[in-house]
Amino acid sequence: MAKEYKTINEIAGPLIFVEKTEPVGYGELVEIRTASGEAKRGQVLDTSDEIVVVQVFEGTGGLSKESAVRFTGDVIKMPLSPSIIGRVLSGSGRPRDGGPAIVPDVEREIIGAAINPAQRAKPRAFIQTGISTIDGTNTLVRGQKLPIFSGSGLPHNDVALQIARQAKVLGEAESFAVIFCAMGITNEEAQHFMADFERTGALERAVIFLNLADDPAVERLLTPKLGLTTAEYLAFDLDMHVLVIYTDITNYAESLRQMGAAREEVPGRRGYPGYMYTDLATNYERAGIIKGKKGSITQFPILTMPGDDITHPIPDLSGYITEGQMIVSRELHRKGIYPPIDIRPSLSRLMNSGIGKGHTREDHRAVSDQLYAYYAEGVDLRGLAAIVGKAALSERDTMILEFADRFEKRFVNQGRDEDRSIFETLQIGWELLAELPEAMLTRIDDKYIKAYHPKYASAAKAEAEAPKK
Amino acid sequence: MEAVGRVKRIAGPVAHATGLKANMYDLVLVGEEGLMSEVIGISGNKHIIQVYEDTSGVKPGEPVKETGGPLMAQLGPGILTTIYDGIQRPLPLLAERSGDFVSRGIFVDGIDHKKKWEFMPTVKKGDVVKPGQTIGTVQEQLLIKHKIMVPPRHKGGTVKEIHSGNFNVEETVCILEDGSKLVMLQKWPVRVPRPVVKKLPPTIPLRSGQRVIDGFFPLAKGGTAAIPGGFGTGKTVMQQTLSKFAEVDVVIFVGCGERGNEMADLLHEFPELIDPKTGRPLMERSIVYANTSNMPVAAREASVYTGMTTAEYYRDMGYDTMMTADSTSRWAEAMRELASRLEEMPGEEGYPAYLSARLADFYERSGRAEILGGGEGSISIIGAVSPPGGDFTEPVTQGTLRIVKVFWGLDTKLTQRRHFPSINWLESYSLYDKDLEPWFTENVHPDWNKNKRRAMAILQENAELEEIVMLVGSDALPEEQQLTLEVARMIINYWLAQSAFHPVDCTCSFKKQFDLLAATLKYRDYAFDALQRGVSVEQITSVPSKDALAKVKLEEDYEPVLQKALDQMESEFKVLR
Ligand SMILES: Nc1ncnc2c1ncn2[C@@H]1O[C@H](COP(=O)(O)OP(=O)(O)OP(=O)(O)O)[C@@H](O)[C@H]1O
Ligand SMILES: [Mg+2]
Repeated sequence: MAKEYKTINEIAGPLIFVEKTEPVGYGELVEIRTASGEAKRGQVLDTSDEIVVVQVFEGTGGLSKESAVRFTGDVIKMPLSPSIIGRVLSGSGRPRDGGPAIVPDVEREIIGAAINPAQRAKPRAFIQTGISTIDGTNTLVRGQKLPIFSGSGLPHNDVALQIARQAKVLGEAESFAVIFCAMGITNEEAQHFMADFERTGALERAVIFLNLADDPAVERLLTPKLGLTTAEYLAFDLDMHVLVIYTDITNYAESLRQMGAAREEVPGRRGYPGYMYTDLATNYERAGIIKGKKGSITQFPILTMPGDDITHPIPDLSGYITEGQMIVSRELHRKGIYPPIDIRPSLSRLMNSGIGKGHTREDHRAVSDQLYAYYAEGVDLRGLAAIVGKAALSERDTMILEFADRFEKRFVNQGRDEDRSIFETLQIGWELLAELPEAMLTRIDDKYIKAYHPKYASAAKAEAEAPKK
Repeated sequence: MEAVGRVKRIAGPVAHATGLKANMYDLVLVGEEGLMSEVIGISGNKHIIQVYEDTSGVKPGEPVKETGGPLMAQLGPGILTTIYDGIQRPLPLLAERSGDFVSRGIFVDGIDHKKKWEFMPTVKKGDVVKPGQTIGTVQEQLLIKHKIMVPPRHKGGTVKEIHSGNFNVEETVCILEDGSKLVMLQKWPVRVPRPVVKKLPPTIPLRSGQRVIDGFFPLAKGGTAAIPGGFGTGKTVMQQTLSKFAEVDVVIFVGCGERGNEMADLLHEFPELIDPKTGRPLMERSIVYANTSNMPVAAREASVYTGMTTAEYYRDMGYDTMMTADSTSRWAEAMRELASRLEEMPGEEGYPAYLSARLADFYERSGRAEILGGGEGSISIIGAVSPPGGDFTEPVTQGTLRIVKVFWGLDTKLTQRRHFPSINWLESYSLYDKDLEPWFTENVHPDWNKNKRRAMAILQENAELEEIVMLVGSDALPEEQQLTLEVARMIINYWLAQSAFHPVDCTCSFKKQFDLLAATLKYRDYAFDALQRGVSVEQITSVPSKDALAKVKLEEDYEPVLQKALDQMESEFKVLR
């Protein structure tokens, strides 16, 4: 049994400074007992002969210099076994559903070692989410990390839930296991997620970690690490395909900033720690596929951009790490369009490896590029139309302007439970394009036009259906 | 016997130790597990150490062992095709030892010390050999001969014995009169540039196969270029494309603090992709360093030096090498993170005050050079920069732009329009431009430079006109200006735009680059001529041959297609009135 110390010398924010200890390891798990017997956990951030700095996950409230500190000699680990599936845990991994503690088959360090880049397999299996703006123009593949960049008050949670409900890989029966990590979201938001998971039966194949707005902020730093450690276990030990949704990254980053300030570190941009990129990457990079393993980890982090500003360090650094981003737009939301995903600044970097012949359909890239080009041009023209008046636009410009409106109403807009197949999505795309003169379809090869353009496709179909003579 | 010190303090990637005699930048082994580390500061009797591996569990009081020297790269046959981490540990070997996740405290050699290579002497008994001189060769890859050289710091001498046959890299292949033995393995401290006789002026272009680069902002062999851009603007794709198609002998790709899946993509693609020039897999000419964003920051900091040292080594053999670093911002951030743990006085935005000096030292290792062994070799460097918020005024971008000669500025607005490569043609520049003009005139076409200037002028005018269009619409412009807008649009869409993923257009020869641009300029001449004759803009811009020009770039055997389009254009314009 490790020795107990009552040598706290200072308590500052989430940190305690402990003196006169035996040598303590960096990153060690620390257990702290308050005078009233409450147990808290912490982790060593800095250790030397003289002083050990510990961050306390459950907050330092209730601690005093008389509190007892015990260094466990071990780093923080997550207990894991198949029975974890279906459980609801706290943001620090303790049961929150009234159930028993997890009896572990294995225990894993929660600061996961990096996947050896040479052992990664290239992600290329197309995930159909049933949402046209994702499947059609920003295709997701298994093993990708694709965050949703949103703003406060926008329906990003609905989008995430719809993805969680509908995501599937064509031709495969198994569905995803879901890891849901809440970091500092409100109780109401959490309920919204939980209710949906229950309604759809997703809860039975989910592990939920809840750190809510009134839970300790430091604990949030732990939550995604616990979730991702669990995800790695499900994916690489139990061969499952795992979808990790974690929200809200912004709250996580705020906790990081708070920690940095408590440690009196030299801050980086806008007060966030200089190592925030690396820290975020240690979460985001825990997505992917490993050669020779059956499972996979796909991540859907959600973050709300402070002030809808995409250059804010949180979305900015995230964008530099993730494999694209989906932007939820306030403007589209105001127009009543759901899901209000603006495809122009959105991007899926792994789209190319998941689409085309053998994945979706050969014309996918071309259709996507063409839709994209005219939608972007159309939105730009709105500005001009507002200045010079619609009447002053050329015939071509007017067509493109109208195309953009129709695109939003028919392609972008869909029901919260509408699960479109990729072929339906492409069909809608073609129908929209067919309303433009064929000569304007400059990004589409003639052979695809002949094969899929409604004008020819219906002719071909009629021919095929015509009784043979 | 080297001294053994003790860990006094440990916080993240930085440890303090006492009782060491190690010099600055010496490699030391921290803790019971012997984690690879480097001395980065000495203050009083305290050594400050950056640890290349995760430090969880390391305690004060654990030993710190000296190794007696700095971090060295291992140089010799077997480097090509290997994927390393930031401190030159082959990642497949790490996987053999520790499985799918990188664990720590593992030592592996940068190259296989057991593997036998066939050594063929190129000097004989009695020859006098100088430092840097080739004494023999090994066929490292089918097309790449590895030259075994007298190490630069060796004094050389008269060959007493030299053997042909199969040797591993530790076995003696040559003995000099003074008794010194030469092996195929060299070790070189990564932070020290390998010497050359002298640097040569940049007068030869490095063919990149990208029209916007070769045509507008060319890089010279041995030159330096920075490619800054916000996230998703195409830095990685551009570096990968250059690694595939640039006309160099050896490519060193340093993935410095970026994504694991990108490395997987590259490792998946390179062995399969065939180098059009040689007909061999691209991997055979490549060396990859992968220190992804979630791998230890200290090793990330070291990775650019390790990569550079291997580039220099192949340059010393007389090869043209290219090193791409993706991203130098992550390297700078690693420096910042380590500096802040040293409690140094921070400079701008928390970066250490020596940031620009480090950047300069790094890019300074580039160049076309006369090598010690005679002849020349080159290192071209392409550094990606990831400015926060895409704002180029930040310290890393600014520090880099003060040093490099070529600036390919990526523009989020172009990315959002899906115009690739998203290199902004108004802001980017190449300071090699003038030095390279004679080469293009002599080797490609006498009109190369003239056409370039014409195209640039059109784009310049276009930018001014676009501002007016935003206010009044294009119909309000005079007809010549409407036509200029149209021609500019053609230059942008037909010529500058080049998809990295198109099977044919992903690369483009100098001749094709020239012909395509010349064709668009030809259209311009016909068009203005017709306008003079009183033909309407509407008519001019709807000649069918114009659309035919758009797709010429997608043709492998483009010349007949282009000729047909030009002939058609000629006859179409003839009848316009
Ligand atoms: N030359 C190109 N041709 C076609 N598509 C491109 C090209 N360059 C970039 N793209 C597209 O843009 C996406 C983002 O490019 P890339 O990954 O190179 O960005 P980046 O600048 O490296 O971003 P980050 O800083 O986040 O790493 C690619 O996935 C691809 O879809
Ligand atoms: Mg990149």
